[in-house]
Amino acid sequence: MKRILIAAALVLPGMAHAQQIPPASPAVVDRVVTESFTKLPEGWAQRLVPDETMQLCSVTRNQPSAKEADAIMAREAKTVKLPEGSVIGNWKEGEKVAQNGRGGQFSDPPGTVSGGNCYACHQMDPREVSYGTLGPSLANYGADRKFAPADAKVAYAKVYNPQAAFACSPMPRFGHNGVLSEQQMKDVVAYLFDPDSPVNKPVK
Amino acid sequence: MRPKVPFLTCLCALALLLAPTLKAGAQEDASEKEIERYRAMINDPMANPGYLAVDRGEALWAEKRGAKNVSLESCDLGQGAGKLEGAYAALPRYFADAGKVMDLEQRLLWCMDKIQGLDIKPIMAKPFSGPGRGSDMEDLVAFIANKSNGMKIAVPLDHPKEKEAYAIGEALFFRRSAINDFSCSTCHADAGKRIRLQGLPQLDKPGKDAQLTMGSWPTYRVSQSALRTMQHRLWDCYRQMRMPAPDYASEVVTALTVFLNAQAAGGELNVPSIKR
Ligand code: HEC
Ligand code: HEC
Repeated sequence: MKRILIAAALVLPGMAHAQQIPPASPAVVDRVVTESFTKLPEGWAQRLVPDETMQLCSVTRNQPSAKEADAIMAREAKTVKLPEGSVIGNWKEGEKVAQNGRGGQFSDPPGTVSGGNCYACHQMDPREVSYGTLGPSLANYGADRKFAPADAKVAYAKVYNPQAAFACSPMPRFGHNGVLSEQQMKDVVAYLFDPDSPVNKPVK
Repeated sequence: MRPKVPFLTCLCALALLLAPTLKAGAQEDASEKEIERYRAMINDPMANPGYLAVDRGEALWAEKRGAKNVSLESCDLGQGAGKLEGAYAALPRYFADAGKVMDLEQRLLWCMDKIQGLDIKPIMAKPFSGPGRGSDMEDLVAFIANKSNGMKIAVPLDHPKEKEAYAIGEALFFRRSAINDFSCSTCHADAGKRIRLQGLPQLDKPGKDAQLTMGSWPTYRVSQSALRTMQHRLWDCYRQMRMPAPDYASEVVTALTVFLNAQAAGGELNVPSIKR
């Protein structure tokens, strides 16, 4: 028995004990982060620190318990601000928002307008070949929902804060974190819900 | 290992072929095949410009520099003073003289400072090469990492500080913050996913993806016309995460590298590789 254990330890250096290493304490991780990111652009200090929801998603690896998930969704739902009137803007502008992956990076010139970068994770217009697969396909999204205004509102809320409906969703909180403006979010919802949008035109 | 023949490949054509935006599906497939063909060709060290960095690094390693006018040849990278074979495959590791876990770049800076008496502040300020500016660090890493070719990644996780670095790296991998709420795991914790058309290696657990990834850095990046190290790769991923730039040779990057190399244990090194 002992010999087998020794043999296993020889064959699997590192991997054998990686599993047994206890997790780092949050205080230690916070200290390491503070000491490793010392050249902060003006106003960026907050980016180093997960908020309450992200803290929970981080330590549970996006698998919160049912109780934690309910608490997250309840808290995040309170942040959603729907626009007065229609949630549908201009789909052509929305397409630009969906395509644009710039903004908010340390390499971006100050004042760069942020895009939504939806194509990084979602298929949308089925003719666009350059799309990512981290999120579900949104092709035909509005048509599949019969362009129902209530569903468009749900989509606006999703873009504003996806944590309100899906605790620890990988999708960014575009409205809550101030990445997209109200107009940009309305435009991107139009891209999903306008019958004229290519998103709702199947490939023939 | 050190090709002396100048390369004949037209790198501009290669750069175009490897450009990320492809418009039509058929074109995508054709381009993929072309890329594969070029990759096979470019795996020939004679045609990989990363080997120029290897040559420069070799000269730098032996060059007398700094206030003390000595070379780096007595620097201990973990296998004993001046021993290069296999050193990179077992980094980062704990160094008793420094009292901390260091990756190759941190260790080189330590040796430059302590052994050579070299002023490392300018290096820290501009560690990566850019247009018209080389990088001693990139060259040295290319040279030293190349000396582990054919060897298997085996970072030590024995010393308490090595264990702690692993645990910190693991926590960092799953830590979500900044304006997009991203962590490394957002993009690297599933098999077979991609962002736009770029395939994303799964790095959250031991496996082939992690082995192939960590076994192929440092790499010559055609799109940047530069040899790049893991320090640069993680700097770039933090950029995509909308985080501030991590300091060069900081603890965050070393801890993540320990974690990634632990997932890549047993992977074979073949560097410098060449990538888009
Ligand atoms: C980092 C990847 C990522 C980005 C960027 C992203 N999403 Fe998502 N999105 C997801 C994931 C993953 C889901 C599924 C989980 C969920 O519902 O939260 C999702 C879900 C959705 C849904 C709900 C789909 C359904 O099942 O009904 C909508 C609508 C949506 N995203 C729209 C957008 C829009 C519009 C943008 C750009 C402004 C965007 N997403 C950007 C990852 C992303
Ligand atoms: C928003 C998505 C995203 C996030 C978040 C992200 N990365 Fe990446 N990562 C990428 C992309 C895209 C590539 C390039 C893949 C390619 O070239 O095909 C990449 C490449 C890499 C590579 C090199 C892969 C290879 O095969 O050469 C490593 C290692 C890596 N990332 C680690 C990390 C770590 C560690 C973090 C967290 C600090 C992180 N990434 C966060 C998108 C991301």
